[in-house]
Amino acid sequence: MSYIVVVAVTVAIYAILVVSLNIVVGYVGQPNLAQSVFFGIGAYFSAVFSTRYHLSFWWTIPIAFVIAGAAGLLLGAISLRLREDFLAVTTIGLNFVVVAVFQYVAFFGGAVGIYAIPLPSIGGHVFTNNDFLIVALLMLLLTVGTSAYLQRTWFGVSLFAIRDDEQAAASIGIPIASYKVLAFVLSAAFAGMAGSLYAPFMSTVTPGSFGFTESVVVLAMLIFGGLGTIRGALIGAVILGTLPEAFRFISNYRLLTFGLILLLMLRFQPEGLLGDGSLIVRGVQRLWHSMRAPRSVMPGKDGISHGAP
Amino acid sequence: MALLEIDHLTVRFGGVTALDDVNFTVDEGEFVSIIGPNGAGKTTLFNVIAGVRQPTAGKVRLRGRDMHGAHPARMSHLGVRRSFQVARPFRSLTVNENVRVAAAGQRILYSQRAFALRGRDRVLNATVESLLAQTGLSGSRRRRAGELNIGELRRLEIARALAGNPDVLLLDEPAAGIGADGLRPLVGLIKAVSAGGLTVLLVEHYVGLALSLSDRVVVLDEGHLIANAAPDEVRHDERVISAYLGKSASARDEERSSTSAETQPSDLPGPQSPPLEPPSTKRAP
Repeated sequence: MSYIVVVAVTVAIYAILVVSLNIVVGYVGQPNLAQSVFFGIGAYFSAVFSTRYHLSFWWTIPIAFVIAGAAGLLLGAISLRLREDFLAVTTIGLNFVVVAVFQYVAFFGGAVGIYAIPLPSIGGHVFTNNDFLIVALLMLLLTVGTSAYLQRTWFGVSLFAIRDDEQAAASIGIPIASYKVLAFVLSAAFAGMAGSLYAPFMSTVTPGSFGFTESVVVLAMLIFGGLGTIRGALIGAVILGTLPEAFRFISNYRLLTFGLILLLMLRFQPEGLLGDGSLIVRGVQRLWHSMRAPRSVMPGKDGISHGAP
Repeated sequence: MALLEIDHLTVRFGGVTALDDVNFTVDEGEFVSIIGPNGAGKTTLFNVIAGVRQPTAGKVRLRGRDMHGAHPARMSHLGVRRSFQVARPFRSLTVNENVRVAAAGQRILYSQRAFALRGRDRVLNATVESLLAQTGLSGSRRRRAGELNIGELRRLEIARALAGNPDVLLLDEPAAGIGADGLRPLVGLIKAVSAGGLTVLLVEHYVGLALSLSDRVVVLDEGHLIANAAPDEVRHDERVISAYLGKSASARDEERSSTSAETQPSDLPGPQSPPLEPPSTKRAP
Protein backbone atom coordinates (compact mmCIF):
# COMPACT_ATOMS: atom_id res chain seq x y z
CA MET A 1 0.00 0.00 0.00
CA SER A 2 2.71 2.39 1.03
CA TYR A 3 4.56 1.61 -2.18
CA ILE A 4 1.55 2.64 -4.25
CA VAL A 5 1.32 5.87 -2.27
CA VAL A 6 4.96 6.61 -3.01
CA VAL A 7 4.35 6.03 -6.72
CA ALA A 8 1.25 8.22 -6.55
CA VAL A 9 3.20 11.11 -4.96
CA THR A 10 5.88 10.78 -7.65
CA VAL A 11 3.29 10.79 -10.42
CA ALA A 12 1.50 13.79 -8.88
CA ILE A 13 4.80 15.71 -8.76
CA TYR A 14 5.46 14.81 -12.39
CA ALA A 15 1.93 15.90 -13.24
CA ILE A 16 2.56 19.34 -11.69
CA LEU A 17 5.71 19.66 -13.79
CA VAL A 18 3.97 18.60 -16.99
CA VAL A 19 0.86 20.76 -16.49
CA SER A 20 3.03 23.79 -15.68
CA LEU A 21 5.35 23.11 -18.63
CA ASN A 22 2.27 23.08 -20.82
CA ILE A 23 1.73 26.80 -20.11
CA VAL A 24 4.93 27.63 -21.98
CA VAL A 25 5.14 24.85 -24.54
CA GLY A 26 1.47 24.17 -25.15
CA TYR A 27 -0.11 27.59 -24.71
CA VAL A 28 2.59 29.93 -26.05
CA GLY A 29 4.35 27.42 -28.29
CA GLN A 30 7.82 28.13 -26.93
CA PRO A 31 10.16 25.13 -26.72
CA ASN A 32 11.41 24.57 -23.19
CA LEU A 33 13.75 21.75 -22.25
CA ALA A 34 14.56 23.19 -18.84
CA GLN A 35 11.55 22.38 -16.68
CA SER A 36 13.63 20.27 -14.28
CA VAL A 37 15.87 23.30 -13.73
CA PHE A 38 13.02 25.15 -12.05
CA PHE A 39 11.97 21.99 -10.25
CA GLY A 40 15.57 21.69 -8.97
CA ILE A 41 15.74 25.33 -7.94
CA GLY A 42 12.57 24.90 -5.91
CA ALA A 43 13.83 21.68 -4.32
CA TYR A 44 17.27 23.09 -3.49
CA PHE A 45 16.04 26.33 -1.97
CA SER A 46 13.44 24.43 0.00
CA ALA A 47 16.20 22.09 1.26
CA VAL A 48 18.56 24.94 2.11
CA PHE A 49 15.94 26.91 3.99
CA SER A 50 14.61 23.95 5.95
CA THR A 51 17.99 22.42 6.94
CA ARG A 52 20.10 25.53 7.42
CA TYR A 53 17.56 28.09 8.53
CA HIS A 54 15.08 25.66 10.06
CA LEU A 55 12.22 27.22 8.22
CA SER A 56 8.95 25.31 8.29
CA PHE A 57 7.91 23.36 5.19
CA TRP A 58 4.91 25.65 4.84
CA TRP A 59 7.19 28.64 4.40
CA THR A 60 9.46 26.90 1.94
CA ILE A 61 6.55 26.41 -0.47
CA PRO A 62 6.03 30.12 -1.26
CA ILE A 63 9.80 30.71 -1.16
CA ALA A 64 10.43 27.98 -3.75
CA PHE A 65 7.51 29.32 -5.80
CA VAL A 66 8.92 32.85 -5.87
CA ILE A 67 12.59 31.96 -6.43
CA ALA A 68 11.78 29.53 -9.26
CA GLY A 69 9.47 32.16 -10.73
CA ALA A 70 12.32 34.68 -10.64
CA ALA A 71 14.52 32.17 -12.48
CA GLY A 72 11.70 31.80 -15.01
CA LEU A 73 11.80 35.57 -15.48
CA LEU A 74 15.38 35.20 -16.65
CA LEU A 75 14.54 32.45 -19.13
CA GLY A 76 11.52 34.41 -20.33
CA ALA A 77 13.70 37.45 -20.98
CA ILE A 78 16.16 35.29 -22.92
CA SER A 79 13.34 33.80 -24.98
CA LEU A 80 12.37 37.23 -26.30
CA ARG A 81 15.67 37.61 -28.07
CA LEU A 82 15.91 34.13 -29.54
CA ARG A 83 14.23 32.31 -32.35
CA GLU A 84 12.48 29.12 -31.33
CA ASP A 85 15.23 26.72 -32.39
CA PHE A 86 17.90 28.73 -30.59
CA LEU A 87 15.68 28.94 -27.56
CA ALA A 88 15.45 25.14 -27.46
CA VAL A 89 19.23 24.86 -27.50
CA THR A 90 19.56 27.56 -24.84
CA THR A 91 17.15 25.80 -22.51
CA ILE A 92 19.14 22.58 -22.92
CA GLY A 93 22.28 24.46 -21.92
CA LEU A 94 20.50 25.89 -18.89
CA ASN A 95 20.20 22.37 -17.42
CA PHE A 96 23.95 21.90 -17.42
CA VAL A 97 24.66 25.36 -16.02
CA VAL A 98 22.26 24.98 -13.13
CA VAL A 99 23.31 21.40 -12.33
CA ALA A 100 26.94 22.58 -12.30
CA VAL A 101 26.03 25.35 -9.89
CA PHE A 102 24.33 22.82 -7.58
CA GLN A 103 27.35 20.58 -7.86
CA TYR A 104 30.17 23.05 -7.28
CA VAL A 105 28.74 25.75 -5.05
CA ALA A 106 29.17 24.92 -1.37
CA PHE A 107 25.93 26.71 -0.47
CA PHE A 108 24.06 23.93 -2.29
CA GLY A 109 26.02 21.13 -0.59
CA GLY A 110 28.31 20.30 -3.52
CA ALA A 111 28.33 16.86 -5.09
CA VAL A 112 26.75 15.11 -2.08
CA GLY A 113 23.82 17.49 -2.15
CA ILE A 114 21.72 18.22 0.88
CA TYR A 115 20.49 15.42 3.11
CA ALA A 116 18.51 14.93 6.31
CA ILE A 117 15.82 17.31 5.15
CA PRO A 118 13.30 17.25 7.99
CA LEU A 119 9.83 15.82 7.48
CA PRO A 120 7.12 18.46 7.43
CA SER A 121 4.61 18.52 10.23
CA ILE A 122 1.24 20.04 10.82
CA GLY A 123 -0.02 20.77 14.33
CA GLY A 124 2.55 18.40 15.86
CA HIS A 125 1.67 15.60 13.45
CA VAL A 126 4.70 14.54 11.40
CA PHE A 127 4.06 13.80 7.73
CA THR A 128 3.53 10.23 6.55
CA ASN A 129 3.46 9.26 2.89
CA ASN A 130 -0.30 9.67 2.90
CA ASP A 131 0.10 13.29 4.00
CA PHE A 132 2.62 13.86 1.23
CA LEU A 133 0.07 12.49 -1.22
CA ILE A 134 -2.62 14.86 0.05
CA VAL A 135 -0.33 17.88 -0.26
CA ALA A 136 0.88 16.72 -3.70
CA LEU A 137 -2.70 16.40 -4.91
CA LEU A 138 -3.61 19.81 -3.48
CA MET A 139 -0.63 21.34 -5.28
CA LEU A 140 -1.65 19.56 -8.47
CA LEU A 141 -5.18 20.85 -8.06
CA LEU A 142 -3.83 24.39 -7.68
CA THR A 143 -1.68 23.99 -10.80
CA VAL A 144 -4.50 22.50 -12.87
CA GLY A 145 -6.96 25.09 -11.56
CA THR A 146 -4.65 27.97 -12.45
CA SER A 147 -3.95 26.47 -15.87
CA ALA A 148 -7.62 25.96 -16.60
CA TYR A 149 -8.44 29.44 -15.37
CA LEU A 150 -5.75 30.98 -17.58
CA GLN A 151 -7.30 29.38 -20.66
CA ARG A 152 -10.48 31.32 -20.01
CA THR A 153 -8.84 34.70 -19.49
CA TRP A 154 -7.81 37.33 -22.01
CA PHE A 155 -4.22 36.59 -21.10
CA GLY A 156 -4.71 32.93 -21.96
CA VAL A 157 -6.37 33.48 -25.32
CA SER A 158 -3.63 35.97 -26.14
CA LEU A 159 -1.04 33.26 -25.47
CA PHE A 160 -2.82 31.00 -27.97
CA ALA A 161 -2.81 33.87 -30.46
CA ILE A 162 0.94 34.34 -29.98
CA ARG A 163 1.46 30.60 -30.52
CA ASP A 164 -0.62 30.63 -33.71
CA ASP A 165 0.97 33.72 -35.25
CA GLU A 166 3.24 36.11 -33.43
CA GLN A 167 3.21 38.82 -36.12
CA ALA A 168 -0.55 38.84 -36.31
CA ALA A 169 -0.73 38.94 -32.52
CA ALA A 170 1.49 42.02 -32.52
CA SER A 171 -0.65 43.63 -35.20
CA ILE A 172 -3.71 43.58 -32.95
CA GLY A 173 -1.79 45.00 -30.01
CA ILE A 174 -1.09 41.95 -27.84
CA PRO A 175 1.87 42.78 -25.56
CA ILE A 176 3.90 39.81 -26.74
CA ALA A 177 7.05 40.40 -24.73
CA SER A 178 5.48 40.79 -21.32
CA TYR A 179 2.95 37.99 -21.89
CA LYS A 180 5.65 35.53 -22.92
CA VAL A 181 7.76 36.39 -19.90
CA LEU A 182 4.77 36.04 -17.61
CA ALA A 183 4.01 32.60 -19.04
CA PHE A 184 7.59 31.50 -18.33
CA VAL A 185 7.38 32.90 -14.80
CA LEU A 186 4.15 31.06 -14.00
CA SER A 187 5.39 27.81 -15.52
CA ALA A 188 8.65 27.98 -13.56
CA ALA A 189 6.98 28.99 -10.31
CA PHE A 190 4.69 25.95 -10.25
CA ALA A 191 7.64 23.68 -11.05
CA GLY A 192 9.47 25.26 -8.13
CA MET A 193 6.51 24.60 -5.89
CA ALA A 194 6.65 20.93 -6.85
CA GLY A 195 10.34 20.99 -5.91
CA SER A 196 9.53 22.26 -2.43
CA LEU A 197 7.50 19.10 -1.87
CA TYR A 198 9.99 16.79 -3.53
CA ALA A 199 12.85 17.78 -1.19
CA PRO A 200 11.30 16.72 2.13
CA PHE A 201 9.57 13.75 0.43
CA MET A 202 12.93 12.32 -0.72
CA SER A 203 14.69 13.77 2.35
CA THR A 204 17.74 14.43 0.16
CA VAL A 205 18.45 16.46 -2.94
CA THR A 206 21.39 15.70 -5.22
CA PRO A 207 22.50 17.51 -8.38
CA GLY A 208 21.87 14.40 -10.50
CA SER A 209 18.13 14.40 -9.82
CA PHE A 210 17.49 17.55 -11.85
CA GLY A 211 19.50 17.14 -15.01
CA PHE A 212 18.69 17.32 -18.68
CA THR A 213 17.22 13.81 -18.77
CA GLU A 214 14.52 14.80 -16.28
CA SER A 215 13.64 17.80 -18.44
CA VAL A 216 13.34 15.51 -21.44
CA VAL A 217 11.17 13.07 -19.49
CA VAL A 218 8.78 15.87 -18.52
CA LEU A 219 8.58 17.17 -22.10
CA ALA A 220 8.08 13.60 -23.37
CA MET A 221 5.14 13.19 -20.98
CA LEU A 222 3.58 16.38 -22.34
CA ILE A 223 4.02 15.45 -25.99
CA PHE A 224 2.84 11.91 -25.35
CA GLY A 225 -0.31 13.10 -23.59
CA GLY A 226 -1.09 15.96 -25.96
CA LEU A 227 0.40 19.43 -26.13
CA GLY A 228 -1.80 22.35 -25.22
CA THR A 229 -4.42 20.50 -23.21
CA ILE A 230 -4.54 19.89 -19.47
CA ARG A 231 -6.09 16.45 -19.89
CA GLY A 232 -3.19 15.53 -22.18
CA ALA A 233 -0.62 16.77 -19.69
CA LEU A 234 -2.25 14.75 -16.91
CA ILE A 235 -2.63 11.51 -18.84
CA GLY A 236 0.96 11.80 -20.10
CA ALA A 237 2.28 12.13 -16.56
CA VAL A 238 0.12 9.28 -15.27
CA ILE A 239 0.94 6.79 -18.02
CA LEU A 240 4.63 7.51 -18.46
CA GLY A 241 5.01 8.02 -14.71
CA THR A 242 3.55 4.64 -13.76
CA LEU A 243 4.86 2.61 -16.69
CA PRO A 244 8.36 2.11 -15.23
CA GLU A 245 6.78 1.04 -11.93
CA ALA A 246 4.40 -1.38 -13.56
CA PHE A 247 7.00 -2.99 -15.80
CA ARG A 248 10.41 -3.49 -14.26
CA PHE A 249 12.11 -3.87 -17.63
CA ILE A 250 10.89 -0.41 -18.64
CA SER A 251 12.44 0.94 -15.48
CA ASN A 252 15.83 -0.42 -16.57
CA TYR A 253 15.50 1.02 -20.03
CA ARG A 254 13.43 4.05 -19.08
CA LEU A 255 15.05 6.61 -21.33
CA LEU A 256 15.20 4.21 -24.25
CA THR A 257 11.51 3.42 -23.89
CA PHE A 258 10.53 7.07 -23.53
CA GLY A 259 12.63 8.04 -26.50
CA LEU A 260 11.00 5.36 -28.61
CA ILE A 261 7.50 6.36 -27.50
CA LEU A 262 8.30 9.98 -28.26
CA LEU A 263 9.55 9.16 -31.75
CA LEU A 264 6.55 7.00 -32.58
CA MET A 265 4.17 9.59 -31.19
CA LEU A 266 5.68 12.48 -33.15
CA ARG A 267 5.66 10.39 -36.31
CA PHE A 268 2.17 8.91 -36.11
CA GLN A 269 0.18 11.01 -33.67
CA PRO A 270 1.77 14.42 -33.15
CA GLU A 271 -1.38 15.64 -31.38
CA GLY A 272 -0.56 13.23 -28.56
CA LEU A 273 -2.89 10.79 -26.89
CA LEU A 274 -5.57 13.29 -25.81
CA GLY A 275 -4.55 16.50 -27.59
CA ASP A 276 -7.03 18.42 -29.74
CA GLY A 277 -7.54 16.56 -33.00
CA SER A 278 -5.96 13.30 -31.78
CA LEU A 279 -7.48 9.98 -32.85
CA ILE A 280 -9.00 9.32 -29.44
CA VAL A 281 -10.47 12.79 -29.03
CA ARG A 282 -11.94 12.75 -32.53
CA GLY A 283 -13.35 9.27 -31.91
CA VAL A 284 -15.00 10.37 -28.68
CA GLN A 285 -16.42 13.46 -30.37
CA ARG A 286 -17.88 11.35 -33.16
CA LEU A 287 -19.38 8.91 -30.67
CA TRP A 288 -20.85 11.80 -28.69
CA HIS A 289 -22.46 13.29 -31.80
CA SER A 290 -23.85 9.97 -32.96
CA MET A 291 -25.32 9.37 -29.50
CA ARG A 292 -26.97 12.77 -29.43
CA ALA A 293 -28.24 12.84 -32.99
CA PRO A 294 -30.95 10.12 -32.87
CA ARG A 295 -32.79 12.08 -30.20
CA SER A 296 -33.61 14.84 -32.68
CA VAL A 297 -36.78 13.96 -34.58
CA MET A 298 -36.50 16.80 -37.05
CA PRO A 299 -34.57 16.02 -40.20
CA GLY A 300 -31.60 18.23 -41.07
CA LYS A 301 -31.69 21.17 -43.44
CA ASP A 302 -31.24 18.95 -46.46
CA GLY A 303 -34.20 16.86 -45.43
CA ILE A 304 -32.05 13.94 -44.35
CA SER A 305 -31.84 12.94 -40.74
CA HIS A 306 -28.21 12.85 -39.74
CA GLY A 307 -28.75 10.52 -36.83
CA ALA A 308 -27.70 6.93 -36.99
CA PRO A 309 -30.66 4.61 -37.61
CA MET B 1 -3.02 68.46 -40.82
CA ALA B 2 -2.86 65.19 -42.70
CA LEU B 3 -3.71 62.08 -40.68
CA LEU B 4 -0.72 60.16 -41.99
CA GLU B 5 2.45 61.71 -43.40
CA ILE B 6 5.10 59.74 -45.22
CA ASP B 7 8.00 62.14 -45.07
CA HIS B 8 11.07 61.52 -47.28
CA LEU B 9 11.05 57.84 -46.40
CA THR B 10 14.05 55.75 -47.41
CA VAL B 11 14.59 52.05 -46.63
CA ARG B 12 17.74 50.17 -47.60
CA PHE B 13 18.49 46.48 -47.12
CA GLY B 14 22.22 46.11 -47.49
CA GLY B 15 22.93 47.50 -50.93
CA VAL B 16 19.34 47.44 -52.13
CA THR B 17 17.22 50.55 -51.85
CA ALA B 18 13.65 49.34 -51.37
CA LEU B 19 12.20 52.82 -50.88
CA ASP B 20 13.90 55.99 -52.03
CA ASP B 21 12.77 59.33 -50.63
CA VAL B 22 9.05 58.56 -50.77
CA ASN B 23 6.80 61.44 -49.86
CA PHE B 24 3.02 61.61 -49.60
CA THR B 25 0.22 62.28 -47.16
CA VAL B 26 -3.12 60.70 -46.42
CA ASP B 27 -6.02 62.77 -45.16
CA GLU B 28 -8.67 61.67 -42.73
CA GLY B 29 -11.36 59.60 -44.43
CA GLU B 30 -9.40 59.22 -47.64
CA PHE B 31 -9.03 55.99 -49.59
CA VAL B 32 -5.51 55.77 -50.99
CA SER B 33 -4.18 52.86 -53.02
CA ILE B 34 -0.53 52.04 -53.45
CA ILE B 35 0.21 50.21 -56.67
CA GLY B 36 3.34 49.24 -58.53
CA PRO B 37 4.96 46.21 -60.10
CA ASN B 38 6.60 43.44 -58.09
CA GLY B 39 9.52 44.74 -56.09
CA ALA B 40 8.29 48.34 -56.22
CA GLY B 41 8.46 48.60 -52.43
CA LYS B 42 4.75 48.47 -51.62
CA THR B 43 4.97 45.88 -48.87
CA THR B 44 8.10 47.50 -47.44
CA LEU B 45 6.20 50.77 -47.21
CA PHE B 46 3.36 48.99 -45.43
CA ASN B 47 5.73 47.34 -43.01
CA VAL B 48 7.26 50.68 -42.11
CA ILE B 49 3.85 52.24 -41.52
CA ALA B 50 2.79 49.24 -39.41
CA GLY B 51 5.97 49.44 -37.31
CA VAL B 52 7.36 46.09 -38.47
CA ARG B 53 10.39 47.77 -40.04
CA GLN B 54 12.20 50.97 -39.14
CA PRO B 55 13.14 53.34 -41.97
CA THR B 56 16.76 54.05 -42.87
CA ALA B 57 15.87 57.72 -43.22
CA GLY B 58 12.76 59.84 -43.17
CA LYS B 59 9.71 59.71 -40.96
CA VAL B 60 6.20 58.39 -40.64
CA ARG B 61 3.93 60.79 -38.79
CA LEU B 62 0.52 60.01 -37.43
CA ARG B 63 -1.47 63.14 -36.57
CA GLY B 64 1.80 65.04 -36.68
CA ARG B 65 3.58 62.71 -34.23
CA ASP B 66 6.81 61.08 -35.29
CA MET B 67 6.33 57.30 -35.12
CA HIS B 68 10.01 56.45 -35.09
CA GLY B 69 10.73 53.33 -33.03
CA ALA B 70 7.08 52.39 -32.57
CA HIS B 71 6.67 48.60 -32.76
CA PRO B 72 3.62 46.90 -34.32
CA ALA B 73 1.65 46.55 -31.09
CA ARG B 74 2.16 50.24 -30.36
CA MET B 75 1.07 51.25 -33.87
CA SER B 76 -1.99 49.12 -33.32
CA HIS B 77 -2.81 51.01 -30.12
CA LEU B 78 -2.25 54.32 -31.86
CA GLY B 79 -4.94 53.39 -34.36
CA VAL B 80 -3.12 51.78 -37.26
CA ARG B 81 -4.33 48.23 -37.92
CA ARG B 82 -3.55 45.97 -40.83
CA SER B 83 -4.33 42.85 -42.79
CA PHE B 84 -1.60 40.64 -44.21
CA GLN B 85 -0.66 39.70 -47.74
CA VAL B 86 -0.72 36.04 -46.79
CA ALA B 87 -3.64 35.54 -44.40
CA ARG B 88 -2.46 35.11 -40.83
CA PRO B 89 -5.41 33.95 -38.73
CA PHE B 90 -5.10 32.51 -35.23
CA ARG B 91 -5.77 29.04 -36.55
CA SER B 92 -6.61 27.23 -33.35
CA LEU B 93 -9.04 29.91 -32.19
CA THR B 94 -12.61 30.19 -33.39
CA VAL B 95 -13.65 33.01 -35.69
CA ASN B 96 -15.40 34.62 -32.74
CA GLU B 97 -12.29 34.42 -30.53
CA ASN B 98 -10.11 35.82 -33.31
CA VAL B 99 -12.21 38.95 -33.44
CA ARG B 100 -12.77 39.15 -29.68
CA VAL B 101 -9.12 39.13 -28.76
CA ALA B 102 -8.50 41.77 -31.42
CA ALA B 103 -11.29 43.89 -29.95
CA ALA B 104 -9.91 43.58 -26.43
CA GLY B 105 -7.10 46.00 -27.28
CA GLN B 106 -5.12 48.12 -24.90
CA ARG B 107 -8.10 48.73 -22.63
CA ILE B 108 -8.16 45.09 -21.55
CA LEU B 109 -4.85 43.50 -22.51
CA TYR B 110 -2.77 46.13 -20.70
CA SER B 111 -4.80 46.14 -17.51
CA GLN B 112 -5.66 43.73 -14.73
CA ARG B 113 -8.67 42.75 -16.75
CA ALA B 114 -6.35 40.63 -18.88
CA PHE B 115 -6.57 38.13 -16.03
CA ALA B 116 -10.33 38.20 -15.82
CA LEU B 117 -12.59 35.66 -17.46
CA ARG B 118 -13.25 36.84 -20.97
CA GLY B 119 -16.90 36.01 -21.44
CA ARG B 120 -18.57 38.90 -19.71
CA ASP B 121 -17.99 42.12 -21.56
CA ARG B 122 -21.25 43.34 -23.06
CA VAL B 123 -19.84 46.29 -24.97
CA LEU B 124 -17.18 44.10 -26.46
CA ASN B 125 -19.61 41.33 -27.33
CA ALA B 126 -21.83 43.83 -29.15
CA THR B 127 -18.85 45.14 -31.12
CA VAL B 128 -17.81 41.64 -32.13
CA GLU B 129 -21.39 40.75 -33.05
CA SER B 130 -21.71 43.68 -35.42
CA LEU B 131 -18.28 43.06 -36.96
CA LEU B 132 -19.12 39.43 -37.66
CA ALA B 133 -22.39 40.51 -39.24
CA GLN B 134 -20.69 43.20 -41.30
CA THR B 135 -18.06 40.80 -42.61
CA GLY B 136 -20.57 38.02 -43.27
CA LEU B 137 -18.96 35.67 -40.78
CA SER B 138 -21.77 35.36 -38.23
CA GLY B 139 -22.60 31.87 -39.44
CA SER B 140 -18.98 30.75 -39.06
CA ARG B 141 -18.36 32.16 -35.62
CA ARG B 142 -17.86 28.80 -33.94
CA ARG B 143 -15.59 27.40 -36.60
CA ARG B 144 -11.87 27.35 -36.07
CA ALA B 145 -10.13 29.93 -38.22
CA GLY B 146 -7.90 27.18 -39.59
CA GLU B 147 -10.94 25.67 -41.34
CA LEU B 148 -11.96 28.79 -43.29
CA ASN B 149 -11.51 29.22 -47.02
CA ILE B 150 -9.37 32.01 -48.39
CA GLY B 151 -12.25 34.40 -49.02
CA GLU B 152 -13.50 33.98 -45.45
CA LEU B 153 -9.96 34.39 -44.12
CA ARG B 154 -9.61 37.70 -45.94
CA ARG B 155 -12.81 38.95 -44.37
CA LEU B 156 -11.74 37.63 -40.97
CA GLU B 157 -8.52 39.63 -41.24
CA ILE B 158 -10.51 42.76 -41.99
CA ALA B 159 -12.88 42.05 -39.09
CA ARG B 160 -9.90 41.55 -36.82
CA ALA B 161 -8.29 44.80 -37.95
CA LEU B 162 -11.56 46.72 -37.58
CA ALA B 163 -12.09 45.28 -34.10
CA GLY B 164 -9.50 47.71 -32.77
CA ASN B 165 -11.62 50.61 -33.99
CA PRO B 166 -8.65 51.96 -35.95
CA ASP B 167 -8.09 55.40 -37.46
CA VAL B 168 -6.22 53.92 -40.40
CA LEU B 169 -6.84 50.54 -41.97
CA LEU B 170 -3.94 49.06 -43.93
CA LEU B 171 -5.04 46.40 -46.41
CA ASP B 172 -2.20 44.38 -47.89
CA GLU B 173 -3.48 42.77 -51.11
CA PRO B 174 -6.80 41.66 -49.66
CA ALA B 175 -7.87 40.21 -53.01
CA ALA B 176 -4.80 38.02 -53.45
CA GLY B 177 -5.66 34.40 -54.00
CA ILE B 178 -9.44 34.69 -54.03
CA GLY B 179 -11.59 33.96 -57.04
CA ALA B 180 -14.39 36.03 -58.52
CA ASP B 181 -16.90 34.52 -56.05
CA GLY B 182 -14.95 35.71 -53.05
CA LEU B 183 -14.17 39.07 -54.59
CA ARG B 184 -17.72 40.40 -54.59
CA PRO B 185 -18.36 40.28 -50.83
CA LEU B 186 -14.83 41.47 -50.16
CA VAL B 187 -15.12 44.54 -52.37
CA GLY B 188 -18.56 45.28 -50.92
CA LEU B 189 -17.04 45.12 -47.44
CA ILE B 190 -14.11 47.39 -48.28
CA LYS B 191 -16.44 49.91 -49.88
CA ALA B 192 -18.74 49.90 -46.87
CA VAL B 193 -15.84 50.39 -44.48
CA SER B 194 -14.52 53.30 -46.49
CA ALA B 195 -17.96 54.83 -46.88
CA GLY B 196 -18.24 54.77 -43.10
CA GLY B 197 -15.48 57.39 -42.99
CA LEU B 198 -12.50 55.21 -42.15
CA THR B 199 -9.15 56.09 -43.69
CA VAL B 200 -8.02 53.18 -45.86
CA LEU B 201 -4.61 52.49 -47.33
CA LEU B 202 -4.67 49.66 -49.84
CA VAL B 203 -1.79 47.83 -51.46
CA GLU B 204 -3.13 45.99 -54.48
CA HIS B 205 -1.65 44.15 -57.41
CA TYR B 206 -4.92 44.19 -59.20
CA VAL B 207 -4.85 47.65 -60.73
CA GLY B 208 -8.46 47.73 -61.90
CA LEU B 209 -9.67 47.09 -58.37
CA ALA B 210 -7.37 49.70 -56.83
CA LEU B 211 -8.38 52.35 -59.38
CA SER B 212 -12.08 51.71 -58.97
CA LEU B 213 -12.00 51.91 -55.17
CA SER B 214 -9.61 54.78 -54.45
CA ASP B 215 -9.85 58.52 -54.06
CA ARG B 216 -6.17 58.74 -54.85
CA VAL B 217 -3.50 56.39 -56.13
CA VAL B 218 0.18 56.38 -55.24
CA VAL B 219 2.36 54.58 -57.78
CA LEU B 220 5.73 53.17 -56.78
CA ASP B 221 8.36 51.87 -59.15
CA GLU B 222 11.64 50.41 -57.90
CA GLY B 223 11.31 52.32 -54.66
CA HIS B 224 10.51 55.69 -56.26
CA LEU B 225 7.18 57.43 -56.09
CA ILE B 226 6.30 58.12 -59.72
CA ALA B 227 2.71 59.28 -59.38
CA ASN B 228 0.38 60.49 -56.68
CA ALA B 229 -2.95 61.51 -58.15
CA ALA B 230 -6.62 60.71 -58.71
CA PRO B 231 -7.30 57.36 -60.42
CA ASP B 232 -8.29 59.03 -63.71
CA GLU B 233 -5.05 60.96 -63.89
CA VAL B 234 -2.96 57.94 -62.99
CA ARG B 235 -4.67 55.95 -65.68
CA HIS B 236 -3.42 58.37 -68.30
CA ASP B 237 -0.05 59.16 -66.78
CA GLU B 238 2.65 58.33 -69.31
CA ARG B 239 5.25 57.47 -66.67
CA VAL B 240 2.89 55.06 -64.96
CA ILE B 241 1.90 53.43 -68.20
CA SER B 242 5.44 52.86 -69.34
CA ALA B 243 6.84 51.91 -65.94
CA TYR B 244 4.09 49.75 -64.65
CA LEU B 245 1.66 48.58 -67.20
CA GLY B 246 3.48 48.44 -70.51
CA LYS B 247 1.62 49.78 -73.54
CA SER B 248 -0.48 46.83 -74.51
CA ALA B 249 -1.39 45.87 -70.99
CA SER B 250 -2.40 49.42 -70.23
CA ALA B 251 -4.79 49.49 -73.11
CA ARG B 252 -6.44 46.31 -71.93
CA ASP B 253 -6.58 47.41 -68.37
CA GLU B 254 -7.96 50.80 -69.27
CA GLU B 255 -10.76 49.21 -71.17
CA ARG B 256 -11.61 46.98 -68.30
CA SER B 257 -11.36 49.44 -65.46
CA SER B 258 -13.27 52.10 -67.34
CA THR B 259 -16.05 49.62 -67.92
CA SER B 260 -16.26 48.79 -64.26
CA ALA B 261 -15.76 52.35 -63.06
CA GLU B 262 -18.14 54.04 -65.46
CA THR B 263 -20.96 51.67 -66.14
CA GLN B 264 -21.39 50.49 -62.57
CA PRO B 265 -19.41 52.82 -60.43
CA SER B 266 -20.89 51.69 -57.17
CA ASP B 267 -20.89 47.98 -57.68
CA LEU B 268 -18.98 45.17 -59.25
CA PRO B 269 -19.63 44.55 -62.94
CA GLY B 270 -22.70 42.51 -63.64
CA PRO B 271 -22.60 39.22 -65.50
CA GLN B 272 -22.85 40.98 -68.90
CA SER B 273 -19.81 43.17 -68.38
CA PRO B 274 -16.31 41.68 -68.37
CA PRO B 275 -15.77 40.03 -65.01
CA LEU B 276 -13.11 41.33 -62.70
CA GLU B 277 -10.13 39.24 -63.39
CA PRO B 278 -8.88 37.17 -60.46
CA PRO B 279 -5.77 38.91 -59.19
CA SER B 280 -3.50 35.95 -59.70
CA THR B 281 -3.65 36.29 -63.45
CA LYS B 282 -2.69 39.96 -63.21
CA ARG B 283 0.60 39.46 -61.43
CA ALA B 284 3.17 40.10 -64.09
CA PRO B 285 2.43 42.90 -66.47
